[in-house]
Amino acid sequence: MPFTTLSELKTRLDAGETTAVALAGLYLDRIAEHNDNLNAFVHIDPAHVLAQAEASDAYRAKHAPRALEGLPIAVKDIFCTQDGPTQCCSNILKGFHAPYDAHVITRLKEAGAVLVGKTNMDEFAMGSSTETSAFGVCRNPWDTDRIPGGSSGGSAAAVAAALTPAALGTDTGGSIRQPASICGITGLKPTYGRVSRRGIIAFASSLDQAGPMTRTVKDSAMITAAICGHDSMDSTCVSDAPVIDWLGSCDKTDMKGLKIGKPKEYFVDGMDAGVRASIEEALRRCAELGAEIIDISLPHTEAAVAAYYVIAPSEASANLSRYDGVRFGQRCKDPEDLLDMYTRSRDEGFGSEVKRRILTGTFALSSGYYDAYYIKAQRVRTKIRQDFIDAFEQVDVIATPTSPITAFKLGEKTDDPLTMYLSDIFTIAVNLAGLPGLSQPCGFVEGLPVGLQWIAPAWREDLILGAASAYEAATDWLQIPAGFGGEA
Amino acid sequence: MSWEVVIGLEVHCQINTNTKAFCGCSTEFGAEPNTQTCPVCLGMPGQLPVLNTVAVDKTILTGLAINATINLESKFDRKNYFYPDLPKGYQISQFAVPIVEHGYLDIPNKDGDEKRIGITRIHMEEDAGKSMHEGLDAVSHIDLNRSGVPLMEIVSEPDMRSADEAIAYLKQLHQLIRFLGVSGADMEKGQFRCDANVSVRRPGEPFGTRTEMKNMNSFRFIKQAIDFEVVRQIEIIEDGGAVVQESRLWDSVKNESRSMRSKEEAHDYRYFPEPDLPPLRVSQQQVDAIRAGMPELPGQLRQRFEAEYGLSSYDADVLTQTLELAAWYESLVAAHPVDPKRCANWMANELLGRLNEAGSDLSESPVSAKRLAELLDRIEDSSISGNAAKTVLDAMMESADSADAIIAAKGLKQVSDTGAIDAIILAVMEANPAQVEGYRGGKDKLMGFFVGQVMKASRGTANPGLVNQRLVELLKG
Repeated sequence: MPFTTLSELKTRLDAGETTAVALAGLYLDRIAEHNDNLNAFVHIDPAHVLAQAEASDAYRAKHAPRALEGLPIAVKDIFCTQDGPTQCCSNILKGFHAPYDAHVITRLKEAGAVLVGKTNMDEFAMGSSTETSAFGVCRNPWDTDRIPGGSSGGSAAAVAAALTPAALGTDTGGSIRQPASICGITGLKPTYGRVSRRGIIAFASSLDQAGPMTRTVKDSAMITAAICGHDSMDSTCVSDAPVIDWLGSCDKTDMKGLKIGKPKEYFVDGMDAGVRASIEEALRRCAELGAEIIDISLPHTEAAVAAYYVIAPSEASANLSRYDGVRFGQRCKDPEDLLDMYTRSRDEGFGSEVKRRILTGTFALSSGYYDAYYIKAQRVRTKIRQDFIDAFEQVDVIATPTSPITAFKLGEKTDDPLTMYLSDIFTIAVNLAGLPGLSQPCGFVEGLPVGLQWIAPAWREDLILGAASAYEAATDWLQIPAGFGGEA
Repeated sequence: MSWEVVIGLEVHCQINTNTKAFCGCSTEFGAEPNTQTCPVCLGMPGQLPVLNTVAVDKTILTGLAINATINLESKFDRKNYFYPDLPKGYQISQFAVPIVEHGYLDIPNKDGDEKRIGITRIHMEEDAGKSMHEGLDAVSHIDLNRSGVPLMEIVSEPDMRSADEAIAYLKQLHQLIRFLGVSGADMEKGQFRCDANVSVRRPGEPFGTRTEMKNMNSFRFIKQAIDFEVVRQIEIIEDGGAVVQESRLWDSVKNESRSMRSKEEAHDYRYFPEPDLPPLRVSQQQVDAIRAGMPELPGQLRQRFEAEYGLSSYDADVLTQTLELAAWYESLVAAHPVDPKRCANWMANELLGRLNEAGSDLSESPVSAKRLAELLDRIEDSSISGNAAKTVLDAMMESADSADAIIAAKGLKQVSDTGAIDAIILAVMEANPAQVEGYRGGKDKLMGFFVGQVMKASRGTANPGLVNQRLVELLKG
């Protein structure tokens, strides 16, 4: 039962075979059993979870069930919720309670979902391994000596170990897709502007986008359908975004006529040979399903990581200025004066990776350096966007590895930020271009999951949902990590 | 060799919207601290700005009124600095591409001519909150009611050559803003604040090093600050020194400025495009519609007053200083249409003079346009003389009685009865035989003496025209 998909749980709830309270109890038990080991959740309030489940069952007794009625969903600690703390896994927000729900939280509640708790993450979503969390590292259920990916590592680990059937993450440079890949589950980053960012603690505003992390493609579609749509209070949330058939797109079982681009820049020296072999094999499977695999080029890919590590820290350096010890969050004890209050509060509150990014961004925006860094990075961004536009003249979707490597050992890269940054080498360009991207499991290397990434033109999530659903139906890569068992 | 003063001005003007620039909070002045705030203007995590389109329209209107280019696509930027009353740690402003550029204002100069002052740009931005350090408990307090209130920053070219020109420009701009209805522009409430960039040079030389006088909110202080700064800079240079580029703060108590921060200490604001707001696009149709709704501007109103009511340029100027004055005048003319010039004289000289002496203004006038018109009607129908009417107006300022009631009570009704006037004249002649003889002997100038005596004897009530006419007749003998 715990490894059941969200859509199957919905079927059972709607058939009266189980209840929201029963499901909540089931997953709360699993969290109680496994979270000490994984540290996937950083906040759980069982009484509140059960209260929501009871309310959902009561609603169901009187009304037709809503889209996510009674379904447990965990959310990353980056989403503001009126219930419980919202701390972005940072000491600077320790004890912070938001007086409002993020727009997507409101949407989940309106759809009848039961919010299970807050999942672990890299501090302010800055990281690829969930090791920068102020609340302790999160571990990968496939090997608890290894990282679960990041920054939405808690959500990925929680879904992979079935501590929750689904979770929300956010993706600024791959933070949904990369941990989904590393933990062997599915994660979708919608088109930039598809989902409101209001109430999601900002990292890099022009790149951040929330999305689902689930066991199946259809489960991701279900959640995205519930959380997407216009929000008049987010000016970057597109009001006239093309509407797609989220669930209907997941009915595909073949790829007849689908042109899949295989960009040569995503099959590089230095990537794990096993990962490469898994992706090549996945593409052969796609060809068997009727797709045409076309070699393409995205020539500016190589510059994506550099551009990203200018643009994202630049925006972050301003976004994180509000954590100044004046109105909320961490304030140092007995400041001597204003400057002392600022510097000590921020020094005590932020971890070293966050400080590194604030300094990088502050430097990139400084007078005399702005043109050489920020402006140049924006030019690269434009070229990367154009690369994709050109590629989509030839192909319908693009398939790549999500990550060049599988889960690495805890602590293996923490002293080497540049190597760590390369974990996102295949996911970053998608954010820079504002495109939708999905990662789904496509194999194992030495017992560790490998992820296949799908990329589509803006607003064409239907294309990647269709391709990923067909691939999912033809394969059997969604598996249960040893030690977290239970019947399927 | 003389010195030339070079001045450029930056005016921060609060746009009078009901709600803030990027959230729905009220902009009402004077509320209890921190009662007009929400998660957006408090800079809470995850909160996002949504642009107030009324503020956009009012900025465009201002741009059109200064004959400027309206950029159909402009952009917002973040201006980064830390201060406790700046909740986000950055101010949303427009840096690279402002909504308004390349405008001008024509100001009157000394020779009665006009001088054109270029306006580089107007950009939109949000205000910060207020820090209060004067607390008894030695802590600083922050009021964020003002945080996020929309501002226009109006930046002039360095086109002014004296403090007087700077003040003339500011007054003209202030008047224009008020006429457009885009700002309360109440300087005491900080709705119209000015930074002045000042430098001096020998005529013909390149610009000298400038200093910036920050945040002045009265015309008098601005003039004093500029004058002070000009003297200070000239003294430095004449003593062989060099002016240091810096920001200075005017101390209106000590009548001097002091250095706030030098160029080296100046903030690097690290402007970059605001990723939370898409580029601001306005359509040409929207601009045209705003232009079509443009109210009458001070210059147009002044010209109309001269043409339509036959006013002198001086009177027209006085009566178009504010929309309130112009409206009051037009309601007076509506109530006393026979003589618009008389309306202008009585309003500008008599009523405003008395209000000015009493230290009040038109909005507090005890005499309404309708009551003043009734008094002017009595002059028109010769019931009272102009002189007597001034006495009546004095009384009207003190009581609510009608002009007619005061005229009756004071016995000021003009005497236009030939018999009565003849009787007074004959009595005056009898009392002054020598002057009568003199007049009859050819001293025509004595006519003035007789008019004065007769008016005095009638306590000002005699109809002056009739007095003149009868005196000529009776003095002939």
